[in-house]
Amino acid sequence: MKNIDQKNPYLPYPGRIEAITIETEDQSLKSYRIILEKPEDMANWTHVPGQFAMLSLAGKGEIPIGIASSPTEKDHLLFTVNRAGVVTTALHKMDVGARIGVRGPLGNGFPVDKELRGKNIVIIAGGFAFTTLRATLIYMLAHRQDYGNITVIYGARTPGMLLYKEELKSWSQRDDIEMHVTVDREEPGWTGLVGFVPTIAGRVAPSPENAAALICGPPIMIKFTMPPLEEIGWTDDQVYLSLENRMKCGLGVCGHCNVGPVYVCKDGPVFTRDEVQKLPIEF
Amino acid sequence: MKILKLDDSDLKTLLARWYETRDLFSPVEKNGMAGWKRIEPLEFVEPAKGVPKTSLKTFFFPQPETLLEYSARPGDEGAYVPRPVKEKARERIILGVRPCDARSVLLNSLPFADDPYFKAKKDTTLIVGFTCKQPCSTCFCSWAGGSPMDTEGMDIAMTRVEGGYLADILTKKGEGLVDHLLDNREASPEEKEQLKTLREQAQGGTGSEGGPAEILKKKNLMDLYNAPFWQGLADSCINCGACTFLCPTCYCFDIQDETIKGKGRRIRYWDSCMFPLFTQHASGHNPRSQKVQRVRNRFMHKLKYFPERFGPLSCVGCGRCIRECPVNIDIREVMRDLLSIP
Repeated sequence: MKNIDQKNPYLPYPGRIEAITIETEDQSLKSYRIILEKPEDMANWTHVPGQFAMLSLAGKGEIPIGIASSPTEKDHLLFTVNRAGVVTTALHKMDVGARIGVRGPLGNGFPVDKELRGKNIVIIAGGFAFTTLRATLIYMLAHRQDYGNITVIYGARTPGMLLYKEELKSWSQRDDIEMHVTVDREEPGWTGLVGFVPTIAGRVAPSPENAAALICGPPIMIKFTMPPLEEIGWTDDQVYLSLENRMKCGLGVCGHCNVGPVYVCKDGPVFTRDEVQKLPIEF
Repeated sequence: MKILKLDDSDLKTLLARWYETRDLFSPVEKNGMAGWKRIEPLEFVEPAKGVPKTSLKTFFFPQPETLLEYSARPGDEGAYVPRPVKEKARERIILGVRPCDARSVLLNSLPFADDPYFKAKKDTTLIVGFTCKQPCSTCFCSWAGGSPMDTEGMDIAMTRVEGGYLADILTKKGEGLVDHLLDNREASPEEKEQLKTLREQAQGGTGSEGGPAEILKKKNLMDLYNAPFWQGLADSCINCGACTFLCPTCYCFDIQDETIKGKGRRIRYWDSCMFPLFTQHASGHNPRSQKVQRVRNRFMHKLKYFPERFGPLSCVGCGRCIRECPVNIDIREVMRDLLSIP
């Protein structure tokens, strides 16, 4: 008998949930701080912001989730999970200390050490799509001198639906990030911006000069965010999107996530808008 | 490598010898349609013509296949921590494999290049192929990049000739199967010439250069995607998925966990891009909710996406999908239609 364990891409790293944060007022989103059980697994873990991993619950299955921690946060992994199916519902019922497998990192990530280096960065996010952009932002703040201006436009339906509220507060007190946090409607106690992300993006009007935009959010938000940006000179090759599709293997084999000839799990999830425009709309 | 001339009794002796330490499989005919069965040496009969109903993929990508195992008893040490399974190390020989099916193993090796399960099965499997003398009405291997005399993917290629077989020994593993005959059964120069001639005669299809894979690779992706004929094709398709399950080079799969009486396993099993749930998101959004999108995806994957990524078509021209399609969809017509797009 031969043992298949060397470099088995289907074998998750055993991990444990170290902390759980309820992110949103409706409790549909929770953040899981996960430690890989073997110290060498944790020490060897490395990823690029924008990559994802499979969270693996034996008996329930696996679910692809964007990695919300930055590679600079070395002693743990963070995943923010929306409750939407079998695995995520089971995960939402789990407590601190529970066992969980992590398979990854998977996919390509944002080119933080390549094309994005030296650029002015505009991060535009809506709803719970902020997770891998949090990872990106933390990474960029840890290498602040490698990037120009950093502008963040982040919106949610209500103040209670914003992720990472404490961090949002601390970022808005820094003078090396321009924060624009917005909610859809006026609400008592909310003193920040009010309006949809595309409207705020149009008002902020970030300059396209030596800049890149990283946009994550519902398709409808992305659709309406593009025209105000294009009006002030942004082009598709400056805009990075992160696609989502149903995934199983995460290795570009099983066929579930293909968009034409590309696999979102292996070739993506990050694509420039330029690349996406050349593909069938199957995401 | 050498070419041997074996008579029928040599083959019988060889099978008996191989059977001592290995498992033998071959197509066995039942109710007029052959399927792959484990056999004893004397049961082997060279298939008359054509391919068995099911493809060879089941040997390398079984349905289902256990990837990992775990204990689902909370008290157990390491409960719910998946472990890798152990793979069988016993070698097996698949006999009577047609050139199209042998080639399918090579094509599937491209997407499964880093897959330890596929590789483990490939490492312990030997393919003794039998070249084709008589094509079926659904065969089109030459058009798909192969040939009835093709030896790709085989360890030994047998070709029926007067008085026995010419056995082309193609790999080290194949040589190991006949090492005791290498010095006393070598084919004569005339016999070798005969094999060469047979191969040349079998060529003349649209093999590699100038074949559909090369032509389709050069065409604009979205022109093919937006071609007018997809809707008409999809109208007759009933999305049964038979084509994808019978196809030797369809390799989509799903992964699920299965727990029975405290024992759990993570399995992968064949899935089909013909099924609407294949692409359904947890949110309810479905990027290929329409039948036409799914039909198009299957053909585009085989004929355009796969060649763009790996080179050849993801099709060996075995014709199973044509033979078994309940609504007579014919991939050859789809190829012609795609090739006619400017």
